[in-house]
Amino acid sequence: MNGAALLEIRNLRVRVEGQEILKGITLTVRAGEVHSIMGPNGSGKSTLAQVLAGREVYEIVEGEVLYDGEDVLRMSPEERARRGIFLAFQYPVEIPGVSNLYFLKAAVNAVRKSRGLPELDAMEFLALARERAKLVELDESLLQRAVNDGFSGGEKKRNEIFQMALLEPRLAILDETDSGLDIDALRIVAQGINALRHPDRAIILITHYQRLLNYVTPDVVHVLYDGRIVKSGGKELALELEEKGYGWIAEGVIGSVRT
Amino acid sequence: MSSGRDETMRYRAHFAVWNEIVRAREPAWMQAQREAAFARFEALGFPTTRQEEWRFTNIAPLLRASFHLATTPAPLPEDDWLTPYRAWGAHHLVFANGHFVGEVPANGHPPRFFARGIRALLQEAPHLVEPYLRRPVEELPHAFIALNAAFLTDGAFVRIPRGAVVREPIHVLFLALGQQEPLIVHPRNVIVAEENSQATIIESYVSLDDSHHFTNAVTELIVEENAVVQHYKVQREGRAAFHMAAVRIAQARMANVFDFSLALGAALARTEITAILEGEGADCTLNGFYWARDQQLVDHHTVIEHVAPHGTSREFYKGILDDAARGVFDGTIIVRPGAQKTDARQVNKNLLLSTEALVNTNPRLQILADDVKCSHGATIGHLDEEALFYCRSRGLDAEMARELLTYAFASDILQEIAFEPLRRRVREWVLMEWPDGERLTEML
Ligand SMILES: Nc1ncnc2c1ncn2[C@@H]1O[C@H](COP(=O)(O)OP(=O)(O)OP(=O)(O)O)[C@@H](O)[C@H]1O
Ligand SMILES: [Mg+2]
Repeated sequence: MNGAALLEIRNLRVRVEGQEILKGITLTVRAGEVHSIMGPNGSGKSTLAQVLAGREVYEIVEGEVLYDGEDVLRMSPEERARRGIFLAFQYPVEIPGVSNLYFLKAAVNAVRKSRGLPELDAMEFLALARERAKLVELDESLLQRAVNDGFSGGEKKRNEIFQMALLEPRLAILDETDSGLDIDALRIVAQGINALRHPDRAIILITHYQRLLNYVTPDVVHVLYDGRIVKSGGKELALELEEKGYGWIAEGVIGSVRT
Repeated sequence: MSSGRDETMRYRAHFAVWNEIVRAREPAWMQAQREAAFARFEALGFPTTRQEEWRFTNIAPLLRASFHLATTPAPLPEDDWLTPYRAWGAHHLVFANGHFVGEVPANGHPPRFFARGIRALLQEAPHLVEPYLRRPVEELPHAFIALNAAFLTDGAFVRIPRGAVVREPIHVLFLALGQQEPLIVHPRNVIVAEENSQATIIESYVSLDDSHHFTNAVTELIVEENAVVQHYKVQREGRAAFHMAAVRIAQARMANVFDFSLALGAALARTEITAILEGEGADCTLNGFYWARDQQLVDHHTVIEHVAPHGTSREFYKGILDDAARGVFDGTIIVRPGAQKTDARQVNKNLLLSTEALVNTNPRLQILADDVKCSHGATIGHLDEEALFYCRSRGLDAEMARELLTYAFASDILQEIAFEPLRRRVREWVLMEWPDGERLTEML
């Protein structure tokens, strides 16, 4: 643990539609670490995740983000993906008419190509996909279906983890991948995440509940509140938040602003 | 617009030439009917954008061009122009610049239907086509239909006999070949599906080069009691072509029609489809897909008229407009007073890929019966920014993501093409238009 800094966010301020959503985030994630970001609705968790993955609708007001020492904010979303940043979407997008299998084959090959690896042919990819599908107990019929089209909420989340397992990112950001899952699905998702844990990789888990953290033990827990990280701590912090809600933190923040 | 009137003059000379050629080869009633049609055309003149029906479709570019009447079939090229259609297992009726040049039967058994070129029948056995050529379509106050009726170059006459189930599609293939002069052709097709029969008809309009030409086609589909017809119109003419087409569908009791209009080509293309559900319990589906780029204009005007009770109609059109292209969709549903228990639905969805592209979509309902279910919906949208981001966040480049999502938009309407070999072809034609087409084809 505690390898080199894989991700360094420095005083990141982000605006959308004229409104500042992230108000100065500073965060360092080292290779091998799992960070959890918790926070109430609308506090900016998804905004942070999407900015890291390169969503263009967000305006960077200030700050910088280094990934592996390089300025990531200048890279296109696809370049970030090819360099190993992966975002599991809070709301995965449906793409009718495009089979999951072929979509992911194109994705995997785009990543491989950029790393100078030979592209996988249909047979090789199918073998890989089957193996990874097992990992997240994804029904093989979902491989043939159109991307997320008509998938249940749980199937969509599992499909995100499946994609992650295929793309083998170095930095995985999971935006509420645990929300809305029953306990069995949650265990499967956790299993997928744990399988990815590796000294060279880092994971950011965005979640509302500490439930997932029973299965995936984070190194650090951060509280995002109104666009700022207002508290960081060990995994006990997640339990405390679950018990007491965010009220006490809010008071603390308001209190500290007043004093 | 007076230039429209002047233009009609040009056709007078054509008409004299054409009369000279066909006079001795057609019955007197045909001659008289064509004369009447030409008079009607002259009286009507070409439509202008001041007419509601033509508000968004300016035919000025068509009027500027000076076309010559295609009086003979052009010699077909040596290369195999039938290749794209071989896998269809179809019976092909081939026309070159509007004139029948031959047929290529499907393998195996002799056909269970009758098919000939209309001109040959008018000469040899006019009584076979007379009942189908002396119909109300000849009287319509429509300049292009009147023009077609006046000239009537040639076309397919297909009759599916009572009770016959024809498995192989009947492919009516109109090939346009460039000559020294830009040509005008007036194809007329008549498809008759007799009682209890079943057939699939594919009507293709294809250019073999990028010549200027003007296709002014009329197709009549007469679908008798309990007959089941799938009709595809595939328009892939060259980007310098003008294409006007009217499809008139008459459905008797319990007749079932599935119609699909694919419009990919031509500089200016308009297809008017009118389905009249004359008999009780008739079932009509009008589907279509159009895709226009550059300066293309593609127009669909459809009318579904419920005359009898218990009719069902489903209409689903999708279109993609790119660059400075324009699309027009105008869909009318009429429910006549007697047509109780009508169930009609219409949907038109458009995707604009550029800021200059434009579409006018106009649903019209005229409901004159009280116990009916009718609905319509139209949308015009752009590619979803979040979906693009999703694709790119998986490593696909921006261009590929755009193409993929554009394809995804079209996928459900293309899926409606029930005849699988055609569906596969159409998918290829659509995909191959893109720089990443080959990569995409592999993905889908
Ligand atoms: N594209 C956008 N356009 C306009 N406002 C946005 C956009 N994205 C986010 N916001 C606003 O930014 C704020 C933070 O949203 P964000 O989705 O980041 O919160 P979150 O912490 O992920 O919330 P949740 O727990 O509900 O998922 C909200 O007020 C939201 O309305
Ligand atoms: Mg969120």
